Amino acid sequence: MSRPRWFSVRQELTPKRSRFLGVLAFLLPLALWSLFSYIPWLWHPMVKVTDPGAVDWMRSGMLINRHDFAKEVAAAEIAHTRAPVGFRANPIYFPAPHAVGRALYTAFTTAPVLRGDLWLHQSLWMSIQTIFWGFTISSIVGIPLGILCGSFIAVSRLTEPFVDFVRYMPAPAFGALMVAIFGIQLEPKIAIIVIGTFFQQVLVVANTVRKVDGALIEAAQTLGSKRRQLVLRVIVPASLPDLYNDTRILLGWAWTYLIVAEVVGVSSGISFFINQQAKYRNFDNVYAAIIIIGILGLTIDQILAFVGHRLFPWKNPRPSRVRAFLGKLFGIRPASAEKPVQLLPQ
Amino acid sequence: MSEPLPDYLVQAPAVAARFAKIKERPVVLEIDHLGRQFPGEHGPVVALRDISFKVHRRELVCVIGPSGCGKSTLIRIIAGLDEPTSGRMLVDGKETSGPCPERGMVFQGYTLFPWLTVKKNVMFGLKMQGMDGDQADREARQWIDLVGLTRFADTYPAQLSGGMKQRTAIARALAANPRVLLMDEPFGALDAQTRAQMQSHLLEIWRNVDVTILFITHDLDEAIFLADRILVLKAHPGEVQEVIEVPVPRPRNLSQLNSPEFLATRRRLEELIHPRVEAHAHEHLPIIRLTQVGDDVE
Repeated sequence: MSRPRWFSVRQELTPKRSRFLGVLAFLLPLALWSLFSYIPWLWHPMVKVTDPGAVDWMRSGMLINRHDFAKEVAAAEIAHTRAPVGFRANPIYFPAPHAVGRALYTAFTTAPVLRGDLWLHQSLWMSIQTIFWGFTISSIVGIPLGILCGSFIAVSRLTEPFVDFVRYMPAPAFGALMVAIFGIQLEPKIAIIVIGTFFQQVLVVANTVRKVDGALIEAAQTLGSKRRQLVLRVIVPASLPDLYNDTRILLGWAWTYLIVAEVVGVSSGISFFINQQAKYRNFDNVYAAIIIIGILGLTIDQILAFVGHRLFPWKNPRPSRVRAFLGKLFGIRPASAEKPVQLLPQ
Repeated sequence: MSEPLPDYLVQAPAVAARFAKIKERPVVLEIDHLGRQFPGEHGPVVALRDISFKVHRRELVCVIGPSGCGKSTLIRIIAGLDEPTSGRMLVDGKETSGPCPERGMVFQGYTLFPWLTVKKNVMFGLKMQGMDGDQADREARQWIDLVGLTRFADTYPAQLSGGMKQRTAIARALAANPRVLLMDEPFGALDAQTRAQMQSHLLEIWRNVDVTILFITHDLDEAIFLADRILVLKAHPGEVQEVIEVPVPRPRNLSQLNSPEFLATRRRLEELIHPRVEAHAHEHLPIIRLTQVGDDVE
């Protein structure tokens, strides 16, 4: 057997290569970032002044445009005064990886500048609460309504035109209104997440439910299922794995609405932290906060994916390593569901 | 051919006696002047016209016909999944319509519920009828044993072979205690070997269960091997062309495939179903790639 190719159309990679590429997906952007941060002749459009020399408007530590700095150096040479000294640097909004890395830690340990402001972990907790309540309220109404829309054409005709109409109104447009109705605490922010998520959710869920194989519904009918049983015993379980995945994707959208929602009324949560740090020009903290949102989102998504794998055993016939390990540990006979069987018994 | 084939209408005394006995049994399913039209671009299209037949208790009737003869429409109407535009359908003498477990169905595409194990699939119909869990469990096990899937009761359908899936579907339909079991080309998606196994298996199940079977197929051998009577449909519009009483004695086995009765029936079916070849004789396949002279493929 020859070595498998790296690029062949729609062919599976070996697990090793697959993992390697997954790590590389993160390492490549990081490498690019490092190149532009640490190699002085790449980009670096500014100069950081270490000694202002005889230029009276310069201060030590100032960031100055490279060309302006060169002009001052040239002028000093002509005037035979002491030339300013500095090294090439990147703009303040482009901190180096190590600075952001450090900020990932110090952002949590640094006390807020103003009394009454929140620590980072408090801001984060606030954001998580906002998104949790917003998404939960949206789902409690949106998923059942979506299932009804997907099951009954009458419900779909009654609700979907209006839902489609509202869906095109950007959720932040409701900001002022929500503040007027709900005040300035978390409630208007939760309301905006609900508005942003709910209408999409109804349509997405309805579409997923419509994809349930009609033959399954017919089979259930010939077995005596009535309307209610068709919805609860066939349509819902048949679409559950896809609905679960929809929910994962919608949760990602809810994070987007979170950031807009948090600047409505009194700014709060992680957005408040980001804005505050940008005001103080602590851009390493800004990056750290954005990365934390990414890590949080990815972690939650991965946990949901992991749980989903176990929730729907008929979707993954391969024995899971965790189950196999626990099975060995406690001497449990693996369920026959885990053995792929192809032979027909005579 | 050493001997000329007998006429397919000639029945051995045992076979004739069996048909006489079947006709004395009560009629389970009666189709009475059934018709179905579909709206089309140029006026209504007649899919089925004036179909009438009776199926007696524990009889196995096959419906066969060329593609487009409406045999699938017919079985869907009987299952209650489609509405006839005229005529009636009676089960045990009572007029009926709409899907109901008294008319169970086995589909070509298996249609097992992928989120349920084999046992839970078989229990589905019983649960729908309001049977409590323990009793449904016990009954389901019996049906699973009958179709020979005892070891796979807790397996999900995705891990079964095509033949095993179809056995599960048969068990699921039978568990709901149907008066008539409707089978819509159930073995059409199986490979030839599994198909032959499933045909023998179906006959064995049928011998052990009090059920009447209406079986749709386009496979002539399958129809002769399984059926007491074969209902031959013709296309455009779908009408009953002939009802053949299969002269092959029971119990059936694969060695009968070359028996004179079998071949005679087969020849008759071919006459009825396969269109005359001359109609297409003027059509030639375009020869795209010419072969070299001297190629010795033939």
